[in-house]
Amino acid sequence: MTDTLHRHPTDGVHTPKRTPAAAHPRPRRRGLPRANYPAGLGSLLWLGIVGLPLYVLVAATFQTRNGYIDDGPLALPDHPTFANYRRVLNSGFLHYLLNTALVTAVCAALVIVLSVTVGYSVVRTRSRGSRRVFQIFLLGLAIPSQAVIIPIYLVITKLHLYDTLLAVILPTAAFSLPVSVLILVGTMRDIDEELYESMALDGASPTRVLLQLVVPLSRSGISTVGVMSALHAWNGFLFPLILTQSKSNRLLTLGLYDYVGEFRVDTPALLTAVVLSIVPIFLVYLFARRQLINGLMGMGGK
Amino acid sequence: MADAATRHTRHKRVGRPSAVWALPGALFFVFFAVAPMILVGALAFTDWDGIGTPRWTGLSNWTRLWDDPDTHQAIRLSLVLTALTWLVQTPLALLLGVWAAGRQRNRAVLSAIFFLPLLGSSVALALVWKSLLDPNFGLIADIGPTLGFADGDLLGSSTGAFGAVLFVTAWQFIPLHTLLYQGGARAVPRSLYDAAAIDGAGTVRQFFAITLPQLRNTIVTSSVLMVVGALTFFDTVLILTKGGPGTDTTIMPYLMYKNGFQAFDLGYAAAVATILVVVATTVSLLLVRLTGFTAMRSTREGM
Repeated sequence: MTDTLHRHPTDGVHTPKRTPAAAHPRPRRRGLPRANYPAGLGSLLWLGIVGLPLYVLVAATFQTRNGYIDDGPLALPDHPTFANYRRVLNSGFLHYLLNTALVTAVCAALVIVLSVTVGYSVVRTRSRGSRRVFQIFLLGLAIPSQAVIIPIYLVITKLHLYDTLLAVILPTAAFSLPVSVLILVGTMRDIDEELYESMALDGASPTRVLLQLVVPLSRSGISTVGVMSALHAWNGFLFPLILTQSKSNRLLTLGLYDYVGEFRVDTPALLTAVVLSIVPIFLVYLFARRQLINGLMGMGGK
Repeated sequence: MADAATRHTRHKRVGRPSAVWALPGALFFVFFAVAPMILVGALAFTDWDGIGTPRWTGLSNWTRLWDDPDTHQAIRLSLVLTALTWLVQTPLALLLGVWAAGRQRNRAVLSAIFFLPLLGSSVALALVWKSLLDPNFGLIADIGPTLGFADGDLLGSSTGAFGAVLFVTAWQFIPLHTLLYQGGARAVPRSLYDAAAIDGAGTVRQFFAITLPQLRNTIVTSSVLMVVGALTFFDTVLILTKGGPGTDTTIMPYLMYKNGFQAFDLGYAAAVATILVVVATTVSLLLVRLTGFTAMRSTREGM
């Protein structure tokens, strides 16, 4: 029983060594497990470590600049204000937001199309070629994107894509592929062989099998891949930093970085920009929490 | 019978896609990830300012790198940061993950809060912490003296800045690893715990005798992600410390960025990046090799 494990902090101490006399289990083990107080205490401590910065982050956005300087970051705003939100929204934020939304949507679509076709081929083809492809993606999991940013910069400039949104989309999508393929191969392997056979009996082409059988039955995996690659694209920083330049092609993360110089000591305004950049993902988290968590958990499970 | 068998194989062939289906994805990935990894090794033997064409210079980047104290320091800092990251994050994430695997209501609610740092970008989170660690207006100005930084200038001292990078990245990434361990712990068969309980094993004993060995695969995966992650903590360093004070938090990816995209010496930066690739792949392969084989045997031991 998994729960029992964490609910008997004192058992390790109280339980006598296993002697013949103590071989019979005491009945209370079978009952409701007791609370694990050390673990509860630890989790409250961690709540403080996680929660305090988040509290400061949110509270500061309603604080005036002088209020923040005078009262310190922990104070609740005396006169809550939306001025910071107005200031950030008038500093090009919405433009960065639109750019990021566009990059995120295209990345997610690209990753879904490419990883579904690769996954389908890896799971269903009986050729050595597709197994090789799968191995390439497995190896690709270990490539750090920072280590290859210089050649990517070279490739992007040679393709005359420097300082375009496409320059960010292409490598970002590529680096989302390994995990996505891994997740989808896992999902597609679970589809019942008999379903394929009955479709084959009907003389269905591979395309029809993909669209009418594989895609509908891999919906959970596909939505996980979509959410994951979207999160990856939304939060990416290095590719925009190196591969774009002009303000019109600026993405949110790079915009945040630039606000440091623009807002200087106006910490509340800066933190407001941070909050606004997280709000869209937070909404996704509220509505697609399962996909997000499954995807992240899946990375460790495989 | 024989007729049925041939019909069976024919059906199988009808619906199967050819390997060509994998080509678009594979080519795309090779072009933007695999080929650049090979190209970075080639660029390490060139001189390139980022505008013209790379010029072959043989080993000159490498001889320079061999004598460059900044590079030595960066390699050392990266390795120390990686080791400390593992030591700090693994126990915490493991305990939190196993705790969060419990199905109690309060655990579910708290886990949902613990998950929140994962939603922000490293840039956003580093900015939050930079504000909190600001010696004049941040939280550190109030609590710094108790931590031994009288003027609150944590980021101005080299140990303080290094510790800040270690802490902020841990704060950001522990939720991810917690999630991995939570998933792993939930997959442990309950019957093992029932059997242990009958044998009179307590919580602590069960943790070390069942949970930990059962989580071996998860530990390997999480460690690989952690190590590769720690070698590439670039965003946090750029925002929190800019590699300083001096060069005291200039880890390898930041050194590469400084050489490549601030000094526009991309050939030399490629040499630093090559070391990064080699270190990252070697460490992850070693981790998988050292732990992977035994993990195969032990996961369901005692079932």
